[in-house]
Amino acid sequence: MVINIFVILIISLIFPGVISLTKAKIVGTKGTSIWQPFFDNIRLFKKGSVFSTTTSWIFQVAPIIYFSTIFVALFFIPVGSKAAVLSFEGDFVLFAYLLALGKFMMILAAMDTGSGFEGMGANRETFYSMLVEPAFFIVIASMALLTNHTSFYELFNNLHLESELSYLIAILAVYIFLWIAMAENSRLPVDDPKTHLELTMIHEVMVLDYSGFDLALIQLTNGIKFSIYGALIFNFILPMQNYFAAQLFVLFIVEFLFAISVGTLESFRARNKMAKNPQWIMSLSALAIVGFLAVLIITGKIILIN
Amino acid sequence: MAITGIFSSWAIQAFSGTEVLQLFFFNLMGNPIYLEIDRISAFFILVINLTMLTGILYAKGYLKPYENLKSKTEMALHYFSFIWLHISMLLVCTLRDGLSFLIVWELMSLSSFFLVIFESEKKDTIKTGIKYLIQMHIGMAFLVVAFLISGTLSGQTIGFGSLETYFSNHAAFPLFLLFFVGFGIKAGFIPLHSWLPHAHPAAPSHVSGVMSGVMIKMGIYGIIRVLTFIHTDLLEIGIFLLIISFISGVFGVTLAIVQHDLKKLLAYHSIENIGIIGIGMGIGVIGLAIHNSTLAVLGLAGGFLHILNHSLFKSLLFYAAGNVYQKTHTRNIEQLGGLIKRMPQTAIFFLLGAIAISGLPPFNGFISEFLIYLGMFKELHTGDLVLSLLLLGGIVGLVLIGGLAFYCFTKVFSIVFLGNPRSNKPLHASEVAGSMLLPKYIIAIFIVGIGVLPVILLKPLGSIVQLFTPDISILTAIAPSAQGISVSLGILVFIIVSLWLVRKLVTKNKITEAGPTWGCGYTGAKPAIHQYTATSYAEYISGLAKYITQGKKHFKKIEKDEIFPEPRSFETHSSDVFEDWIISKPSYKLLQFLEKIAVFQTGNIQHYLLYAIVFMALILILTLLNIL
Repeated sequence: MVINIFVILIISLIFPGVISLTKAKIVGTKGTSIWQPFFDNIRLFKKGSVFSTTTSWIFQVAPIIYFSTIFVALFFIPVGSKAAVLSFEGDFVLFAYLLALGKFMMILAAMDTGSGFEGMGANRETFYSMLVEPAFFIVIASMALLTNHTSFYELFNNLHLESELSYLIAILAVYIFLWIAMAENSRLPVDDPKTHLELTMIHEVMVLDYSGFDLALIQLTNGIKFSIYGALIFNFILPMQNYFAAQLFVLFIVEFLFAISVGTLESFRARNKMAKNPQWIMSLSALAIVGFLAVLIITGKIILIN
Repeated sequence: MAITGIFSSWAIQAFSGTEVLQLFFFNLMGNPIYLEIDRISAFFILVINLTMLTGILYAKGYLKPYENLKSKTEMALHYFSFIWLHISMLLVCTLRDGLSFLIVWELMSLSSFFLVIFESEKKDTIKTGIKYLIQMHIGMAFLVVAFLISGTLSGQTIGFGSLETYFSNHAAFPLFLLFFVGFGIKAGFIPLHSWLPHAHPAAPSHVSGVMSGVMIKMGIYGIIRVLTFIHTDLLEIGIFLLIISFISGVFGVTLAIVQHDLKKLLAYHSIENIGIIGIGMGIGVIGLAIHNSTLAVLGLAGGFLHILNHSLFKSLLFYAAGNVYQKTHTRNIEQLGGLIKRMPQTAIFFLLGAIAISGLPPFNGFISEFLIYLGMFKELHTGDLVLSLLLLGGIVGLVLIGGLAFYCFTKVFSIVFLGNPRSNKPLHASEVAGSMLLPKYIIAIFIVGIGVLPVILLKPLGSIVQLFTPDISILTAIAPSAQGISVSLGILVFIIVSLWLVRKLVTKNKITEAGPTWGCGYTGAKPAIHQYTATSYAEYISGLAKYITQGKKHFKKIEKDEIFPEPRSFETHSSDVFEDWIISKPSYKLLQFLEKIAVFQTGNIQHYLLYAIVFMALILILTLLNIL
């Protein structure tokens, strides 16, 4: 129960570190410790802040709400056979909408600064997250169709009971979720966190005016969000096991692999052209619909005649 | 006031009782007319009373600046119409007799017409008012025809009572379609919506608030009332409702995003929310058709709850928009900005409404959408292929509408209230008087209450839905979900508050500086210009949906050999594809045709005498040839 939250929180602290270390190793540099981003945040917490005179209380409240929504979203994530702290029918709807609430506040905060650049970032963030959302819901709908359950915990635990074919769906779902995670966390190929020009950023430009405590909070939250998606991906491919310790071990491995693959992807691939991003994101929904059709075949609603 | 009280008490009585409350009203041409209040009527009465109450409270403050401009008679007429709108809406919900129903329906249209043309010195307002009146009468014509058909074919007195017999003997879908068009014009389903985005901005804000909050729901009431009598063809009707609501929802919000007029934007959002209500109803009706009580109950309950929710947050948003208009004298959001510092309370209320209408927790919009979602997700597994695909369509529709509403309200809130002022209009704005804020507090309590404690609503919703389907056990089954939501939101609030305190504690001894916004090294332009505008924020959507929004750009390109460019201007326009093709273009063509016919109207008396002689000769010839 509560251990889920602790595990994911701990993973979230080193997640950004693993990504940057992977990237460093690939380009052949020594790289920093995987705890470095965490230390950076600690340092930020100790610093003072600068606030723009244009901003209002929205700007100061937004990071707190952003963190809180992600933190509560964490309560809905099951780990293996351990149920989530909060589990009820339709919890994934609340999960998705809580994430949206956090994003809503961050977008308002970016607009609050009255900067053209941050406005641009905010606008892109809204547009892309609007496009990502259907893919998430269609994947969940396919799982609900397959298992006839409507909470995260039940969905994941009944996914592989009926037939082995469900692993096919799981693979597709993992693939889609991987890219959803990349898009939602402002990573390549939608957004490049390491770009050097404000015009080409999305998430990074939105938080340009933040400093000190608030910036640290935002970065911590980004880490948690990433590891939540990692945990969801782990749940898709969870092998049926009785030992919770083994499950935890697998969770760590999956999260590490996830972080390493993110780092690898970022080292080898360039960001999409901004104008191509909408098509790219919408292709995720298209893939999700293919998955839904596959589930319709598995459940015998579409009968194929050969 | 007295009427509000009486009707509310009747409504509460009807809610607690099981049978239909029947009260003698008056004799119309020898027939006794009864007021009949069942739970559906009761629900609508309560919604109407709440919104009209906040409306009249708000009107007092809002109309103050007009007191010097308008004569006493005009003001009296305005209040008189407002009260008549209230009474006629209450009667619409309670009368079942056809003739008297149509009379009060007409009364409702007329009184709202007088409310819309309050600022009658403006030419546009009168034009809009007439447009509204004409469209309402087209709807009225459909209703009259529908009532006449059902009355004559079933051999009973015209009214809702005759529908029971009619629908048990005849195909339901064609007559439902007639009723749908008649009521749908009032409700604003796309493509019957084109009066809505014009009438709401023209009307004073309290009127837009109640018109959008409750009056358009009378259309929904009509559709629901007709649905209670239908027991066949339900599947077709459900699918029809679902598809047309999907279109209304998605296109309504898309069109809203490209608007620059604050109230026009909100008017398009009414269409979107009618779409959400319709999706709930459609899902519910499909559930009734296939005898799936989960789908029926959750769909209908979600739809009903969204009717209440929309009346709350939409009136709140319109009242807040009214504050902005009163203080800045503009509805063009491109001229606003930075109002959160000058009108802090209005900003909070607008933000509350914005989060609620986007369907985000912890407010009420989320709860109704949640119920509809839950119904759809639960029943994906049961049922056949068609049902699964329909439900997926419904889910995707709700997700898209939610995403687009999110897009729209991040835009409108940040352009109006955040950043720097974009013109000198917002510079002198200040917070409105307390009397104008009071109704907003009342609404806000309801919005937060429903959002945080949804479990208290399940029982009343169940008792309404019970009129459609007897088995409402699913509502008790989902009580844990409602409690789960409350618990999660409780934790959310707790974390936010405690984190805020931690932040205060940690940053207490730290240096906090104030400075200008980081302009990425660019300091050339004035801060007001160096900001995102509503047009550029909407650019993605207007590009994606250019066939619907009909966006056009007007500008002069810089020529290659133009070394010293002269000053340029850039303009964008957008219109509504449905309105263009259904209203504007046909009426323009008709006008052209009629102008050609006008050659006969010479003004010369000899010509007119000639027409008469030709006509008589024609009749003579036709009679001789035995054609007539």
